[in-house]
Amino acid sequence: MLDNNQLLRFTTAGSVDDGKSTLIGRLLYDSKSIFEDQLEAITNTSKKKGHKGVDLALFTDGLKDEREQGITIDVAYRYFTTPKRKFIIADTPGHIQYTRNMVTGASTANVATILIDARHGVIEQTKRHAFIASLLQIPHIIVCVNKMDLVDYSEKVYNDIVRQFEDISSKMLVTDVRFIPMSALDGDNVVNKSTNMPWYQGAPMLHTLETMHISSDINKVDARFPVQTVLRPQSEGFIDYRGYAGRVASGIFRKGDDITVMPSGFTSKIKSIDTLDAALEEAHAPMSVSITLEDDIDISRGDMIVRSNNKPEASQDIEVMLCWLNNDSAKPRAKYTIKHTSNDQKAMIKEVVYKYNINTLERVNDDKELNMNDICKVKIRTTKPLMVDAYRENRTTGSIILVDDATNETVAAGMIV
Amino acid sequence: MSKYYLNYLDELESEAIFILREVWAQFENPVIMFSGGKDSILVTHLAKKAFYPAKIPFPLMHVDTGHNFPETIQFRDDVIEDLGVKLIIGSVQESIDDGRVAEEKGKNATRNALQITTLLDAIESNKIDCAIGGGRRDEEKARAKERFFSHRDDFGQWDPKNQRPELWNIFNGKHFEGEHFRAFPISNWTEMDVWNYIKRENIAIPSLYFAHEREVVWRQDTWIPNSEFLILEDHEEVVTKKIRFRTLGDITITGGDESEADTLEKIATEVAGMRNTERGNRSDDKRSESAMEDRKRQGYF
Repeated sequence: MLDNNQLLRFTTAGSVDDGKSTLIGRLLYDSKSIFEDQLEAITNTSKKKGHKGVDLALFTDGLKDEREQGITIDVAYRYFTTPKRKFIIADTPGHIQYTRNMVTGASTANVATILIDARHGVIEQTKRHAFIASLLQIPHIIVCVNKMDLVDYSEKVYNDIVRQFEDISSKMLVTDVRFIPMSALDGDNVVNKSTNMPWYQGAPMLHTLETMHISSDINKVDARFPVQTVLRPQSEGFIDYRGYAGRVASGIFRKGDDITVMPSGFTSKIKSIDTLDAALEEAHAPMSVSITLEDDIDISRGDMIVRSNNKPEASQDIEVMLCWLNNDSAKPRAKYTIKHTSNDQKAMIKEVVYKYNINTLERVNDDKELNMNDICKVKIRTTKPLMVDAYRENRTTGSIILVDDATNETVAAGMIV
Repeated sequence: MSKYYLNYLDELESEAIFILREVWAQFENPVIMFSGGKDSILVTHLAKKAFYPAKIPFPLMHVDTGHNFPETIQFRDDVIEDLGVKLIIGSVQESIDDGRVAEEKGKNATRNALQITTLLDAIESNKIDCAIGGGRRDEEKARAKERFFSHRDDFGQWDPKNQRPELWNIFNGKHFEGEHFRAFPISNWTEMDVWNYIKRENIAIPSLYFAHEREVVWRQDTWIPNSEFLILEDHEEVVTKKIRFRTLGDITITGGDESEADTLEKIATEVAGMRNTERGNRSDDKRSESAMEDRKRQGYF
């Protein structure tokens, strides 16, 4: 691999019937990422189950319950590498009852792949997947029109599906959508270009993933540095060292920059940006560094260092698109711990503004109960201000989770509007 | 610098450092589980980076089965001295002597499963609330669903169906008294990534990873090292081969591959051409299709 090879994270949403597992199996198999002992194991299982040939879908089977039921329940992570990139697949289940897992997988993805069965076209599930991709602001979408072999590789069928999808996506906040006709079962247009669809001028899926421009996915404008912990070595050579350890959430910090610490509002200049390997002139997202300042000011975990000429909003009242993740429904006016970057505060859901019917994508105004897998717009009040950006501007400083203090479980994930 | 993106190794490194700092910030008493294997060495190296210029602010913990490669123990002690951190040892032998666990019988007996009790005892007696491990999601199918911050109940058990969702880079380490977490900073690394990074950073690893001459026995499709713990069958023959180990576990269960790779460069090339997974040589994983999942549920690494 080359030095400048990037990491691309993508999510796959779909059900077993769409051929999602087959697609992943095909990507891994044709890119030679499946080891012989793994192949042997699934060949044996294929035989035991009476399948014809090797069922590549078996490769993605995970937990015992999933193998027994033949479904994906949880998010599973898969890895493969080509000479051009390293890939992380968040393989998520596609069924409505697993919306929360789709949201989880989508939260870190650069690319969402949405599978459509060419025989069925755009169905409710497709809309749901596109909606989640747009809600989580995944920068790129690849629509895989699969099972083209079952519709005689028909260009018309494909074009109709493209039109159907554009109908729904035009109403959503998505920017980069690409379509690929394929047959994952036979490997057409997955890794290798199909000879069955000469009318398709585009690239196969892997080539698309390898060459897609993702460097601009990260916000490089708004410099944000949530402080994770303070480093005070108090050892020889570092007696007075006070470094603020964190990962640049967005933007670029340079030595000498005028900064403001939020929420205190104290100002200073960046004295150094340190790592074990070297002191740096600048640091950009998503680098982990230690920053020291010219002035001795009181900073601790939960504070955010920002450039003085570009500050986030400090607010105790935020509007959030919330996905409820827990079996226990939200209690009216209940208090939760809200986690936002490195900052923990107490919070209360003041109001449910509306809820989405996740299949029709219509707003529901009369049902205010938050149950598992629900997606809704809410108003949240926190005990102390959070330093927030809108999620569509900044996935790191625009996201929150809610933790139930009675169970310590993560009950909701939210995107700040 | 003109480009404002990271290459894949830098991004993985930055992610792991972020996780290690989160652990330190969210827990009272974390430890790094250090086995002397490459993954725990890597985690320790990343921890050094995470807290520089301060020392790693928490101890390393070794679950000692007593069935070690001598090289591993020497290596461990060197690392501890170099870092100047405390070492906690959980001893399987002591667990056996105390009657907490019973030794397995037969020629394929190992102390692998016994480690679970020793580990959980050590976690409890040292009041550890987060044990940081070198587990990777690419290693095994049960691990593919593991979280970065993985909750364990007060019996130390993992409930794969009831894991906390993990979104963005927000990690929830909240727990009740008696419960603990496992944290896996290198979840997203593959075996190849680990080797490429070790090569790039020139990280010291035990000599066992490099091709060397050793007395071995062919058993369960792999070369098992001869040792005082090995019970030989009549038909088994001890031979000397040039081998190297792809993973390091107990000397009784870790199989080696015949290899000529005696530099990091050669190892990385060899790994890139490997057609079998690295745990394929670990007899502990061969016991059943869900061997790892079953052990993890009980509290394994």
